[in-house]
Amino acid sequence: MNLGQQFIALSTLVRREYYRVLRIWGQTILPPVINMALYFIIFGNLIGQRIGQMDGFDYKQYIAPGLIMMAVITNAYGNVVSSFFSSKMNRHLEEMLVAPMANATIVLGHMAGGIVRGVAVGLAVTAVALLFTPLPFVHPLITISVFLLCAAIFSLGGLINGIMAKNFDDVSIIPSFVLQPLTYLGGVFYSISLLPELAQQISRLNPILYVVNAFRYGMLGVSDVPIGTAYVMMVLCVAVLFSICVLMLNRGYRIRE
Amino acid sequence: MHALSVRNLTKVYANGVRALDGIDLEVETGDFFALLGPNGAGKTSLIGIVTSLVTKTGGDVSVFGHSLDRELNAVKNAIGVVPQELNVNLWDKVSNIVVNQAGFYGLTRSRALARAEVCLRQLQLWDRRNDTARTLSGGMKRRLMIARALVNEPRLLILDEPTAGVDIEIRRSMWQFLRDLNAGGTSIILTTHYLEEAENLCRHVAIMDRGRVIERGPMATVLTKLNEEVFLLTPRTPVLALPTVPGFDVRLNGPLELEAALPRSRSVNELFAALSAVGVEITSLRNKANRLEELFLNLTERKGGLSGLRAPQAVSP
Repeated sequence: MNLGQQFIALSTLVRREYYRVLRIWGQTILPPVINMALYFIIFGNLIGQRIGQMDGFDYKQYIAPGLIMMAVITNAYGNVVSSFFSSKMNRHLEEMLVAPMANATIVLGHMAGGIVRGVAVGLAVTAVALLFTPLPFVHPLITISVFLLCAAIFSLGGLINGIMAKNFDDVSIIPSFVLQPLTYLGGVFYSISLLPELAQQISRLNPILYVVNAFRYGMLGVSDVPIGTAYVMMVLCVAVLFSICVLMLNRGYRIRE
Repeated sequence: MHALSVRNLTKVYANGVRALDGIDLEVETGDFFALLGPNGAGKTSLIGIVTSLVTKTGGDVSVFGHSLDRELNAVKNAIGVVPQELNVNLWDKVSNIVVNQAGFYGLTRSRALARAEVCLRQLQLWDRRNDTARTLSGGMKRRLMIARALVNEPRLLILDEPTAGVDIEIRRSMWQFLRDLNAGGTSIILTTHYLEEAENLCRHVAIMDRGRVIERGPMATVLTKLNEEVFLLTPRTPVLALPTVPGFDVRLNGPLELEAALPRSRSVNELFAALSAVGVEITSLRNKANRLEELFLNLTERKGGLSGLRAPQAVSP
């Protein structure tokens, strides 16, 4: 297969994932929109009024970027892990494995599928956020690039989970016991400057902290971490996770007997 | 050139099971080839390796001269595969499944749509193209998998139990479709439990057992290794006690059924004459078992112990 044919295979896979997201919109887009509205009502309106300002912003404004990233992280990850794992369990993954698609194309296609859902959900929850609080979008290019990098990172994370998973428990363990705690501890609801020094150092080991703060920098212009460091971390994450995915497919890890 | 050439192929799974034990096999271009064997013989492992879904432990595989190790994409481009188990996304539309498969092979969207229409019409699924796969009957799902396997116009079509679980009418229409496809130049490898199917469709056969090829060659030649055929005979009048029939092994199954083993060296006419001489007139006969099945049972030395084999169809005299 030449490069043009690989591109056709890639666009076929992205198209398939895009229609999957749309076909099950009640599971993919609606729940994060409702969750976002509840977060704003509870944390923004009810609790946020007592908290007051954080880093010079109204609490609702401060948590909005983190909540948007939280939705993007959860949905990009969930989209790829469920899509890949179900295709592995139902064996229609074989459609791609018997075709002359490069493994890098399979990885790119699933990553793009996760980005599609991440973007769709991200735009929907941003629209909900704007109903509750104004968002200035101080650095639009940074906002968009972090948005896409975040979706890419967690799509690839979801793909690794999907490749490794042997059963449905394996699919839910990582989101419940790793992703969600890291997200809540990644500075979505607070600035790490409020934490003791040791807790701040530990928080800096959390990759989600860099994603949330880079996005907050793009939207509000404030961040707990240097923006350059955040970009290096995110690009490195994409490169490393992408390589791991391709390596796993090349070795047929848990997909070829 | 061989459509498929396999040399000293071995497969040992992680659990230590030796599924393939150094098999050699060649399938000529344009052949209709049967791969037979009981459950666990290694047929699906062999197909899995050829279609790159299973990694081999050792040996060489080439498809139309392209090495599986060095020219994997050329091998993949030449093959269409219909697996034994259903492997379509049941929630996707019929047309999407076929069009997407074409896309995975690098066909442009317009070409993919055109090829999908041709394949779905050939397999009589065009009217169901907008339905989801889960709404199709079992036979239609099998046909959908064949349509999907043909969308890239493969030179070698591999079918692993394509007619398992489908009714006799659909099975026979699929046979005709496969015959036409083969006549059009597509090489076909078929694994089946329906030995009658292999005998009807295929020109060459290989019989596998416990990871080895235990017999192979042209179907007619392989069948000559059968030493005798067993017939069930219906007498004109009930036979309560069977007299000895000189030169033949005849048993009484019931008043209206005799069982006779006919050596290859003797004719049916001789059998009828011998029975007539002892006062038994026969009105009809049928094969007790498919000839290939008898040979298969002899070769694998498992008479009475092959749960994977289906009952053969009756053959009229």
